[in-house]
Amino acid sequence: MWELIRANQRRSHLLLVVMALLLVATGWAVGEALAAAPVPGILIAAGLWVFLAELAFRAGDQVILRISGARKVSKEDHPVLYNVVEEMSVASGLPKPPEVYILDEGAPNAFATGTRPDRAAVVVTAGLLERLTRDELQGVIAHEISHIKHRDVVYLTVMAVMVGTIVILADFARRVLFYGGGTRRRTSSSSRGAAPLYLLAIVLILLAPLIARLMYLALSRRREYLADAGAALATRYPEGLASALEKIEQYWTPLAAANPATAPMFIVNPLTKAAETITGLFSTHPPTRERIRILRSFAGSVSFAAYDEAFRQVTGRPVGVVPAAALRLPATAVRPATSDPRTALERLRQATDVLWRLSGFAFIPCSCGTTLKVPPVYRGQELPCPHCGALHKVVAPSP
Amino acid sequence: MVFWIFVALLVVVLLWVVSLYNRLVRARNEVRNAWSQIDVQLKRRWDLIPNLVETVKGYMRHERETLEAVTKARQQAVAISGDVAARAQAENILSQSLRSLFAVAENYPELKANQNFLALQEELTSTENKIAFARQYYNDSVYRLNNLIQMFPSNIIAKQFGFKPEVYFELEAPQERQRPEVRF
Repeated sequence: MWELIRANQRRSHLLLVVMALLLVATGWAVGEALAAAPVPGILIAAGLWVFLAELAFRAGDQVILRISGARKVSKEDHPVLYNVVEEMSVASGLPKPPEVYILDEGAPNAFATGTRPDRAAVVVTAGLLERLTRDELQGVIAHEISHIKHRDVVYLTVMAVMVGTIVILADFARRVLFYGGGTRRRTSSSSRGAAPLYLLAIVLILLAPLIARLMYLALSRRREYLADAGAALATRYPEGLASALEKIEQYWTPLAAANPATAPMFIVNPLTKAAETITGLFSTHPPTRERIRILRSFAGSVSFAAYDEAFRQVTGRPVGVVPAAALRLPATAVRPATSDPRTALERLRQATDVLWRLSGFAFIPCSCGTTLKVPPVYRGQELPCPHCGALHKVVAPSP
Repeated sequence: MVFWIFVALLVVVLLWVVSLYNRLVRARNEVRNAWSQIDVQLKRRWDLIPNLVETVKGYMRHERETLEAVTKARQQAVAISGDVAARAQAENILSQSLRSLFAVAENYPELKANQNFLALQEELTSTENKIAFARQYYNDSVYRLNNLIQMFPSNIIAKQFGFKPEVYFELEAPQERQRPEVRF
């Protein structure tokens, strides 16, 4: 695991440097094209980046959680979910299990957040809890915990901020050049005889946002594959994640709680349905069907090397996705499937019960087997059981 | 000149030794940390079992032997301390006795409707999983430490500072490796 993280870090650092160079180049191009002043352009680009990065990290995960409307759950609310999160953080050796949040959405999906492994959170939708068996849930949570363990949140945030800065700068320059007083600028540049540089600057302004976006999306997709590989290895049961992805795809609807900045952290793109072929280049996630095929081509044992092999076979690409250092790690035998004692109805009940509890409903068990769920607006002191008629005292739950 | 080259070389070698030593220490700490994770989960299982036996007793009147096997296996597991291999074996017997208890419980529909039993079953299943995952993580870290200790050049430093290879925690039962017998 550490080998993978370290190799990942090296590769990510390289990509960060390339992106930073692109940012500097854009700053230079904007300065050159607008005022023939490259140095101030670069300084403005750097300043804008620092400002946005500060904003992104200051606000951080708490804001993402609050914007999405996710609510924290404890072990009593949903023991299975909580246990699965604990299991997967034990399996990946996290210093402490991430906090668990639930999102009141019907579409099954999940995401991770947190810039540090010891201060991370995993968020799942109610739809996910409702549809997935324990083994499937384990696969999804393992995928999210792999994101946390691989430090994906930090890298994707830093990268996203750089992409954002490049887009803002280039957009600004384009507007000034094509809709503003561009003519005056052009004469002054020809008098200085810097036409080739000026042209280069224009080309950069037009291309930089596209290049930056594509680079970012390629990184995001690669991290998805790696998180899948990490999940297969941590659960020792790739089929769990595979059939979870199948269900997530089947019941997919767009999530209101997601936005382009948080989209790469979800297990499946929450904004647009994962597409194959050409549009795939502009997608934050690899095609879901491809991910499933890779996960299903393991036989007997799981390892990063086996994932890489399967990746090359399924996608037909000559170069794998796993860093070389992780390929040497030992393989683990695939474990047998476990049976989930809960029926579909019980899973649905557990998922909706969490939402009711979080909305302040009081739960009163009756001796006849019924559980009374009393809304917080009920003002009475007592309530008869609808089945056996026994009277129960109603105590308002502490908010 | 020669003197300074010698000094520079010495510094480089020293830094290299320090970094190798630190890697060994890190690997050893990870093994210890992973072991304490297993320990936590094993103790948690010991704590859950008396509750389970108490809950199940009333329903499973005809399964006294199964219940006694669980209680006995637990006592034996608690009694053993220290040696990794011996502990693994005792815990393994406990795992098996629990598995047969849950298998027998399938025959008691009333028990399966009991909320308390269901909660305990989820807790024990999860604890079993955590033990398995913690063991996997422990064995991975042992693999890394032992590799460092045995491979050149870190083996020289490991020897100098007395790093010892650790034992893997094997939970697989010997019976599981054999093919199941089918009798008619």
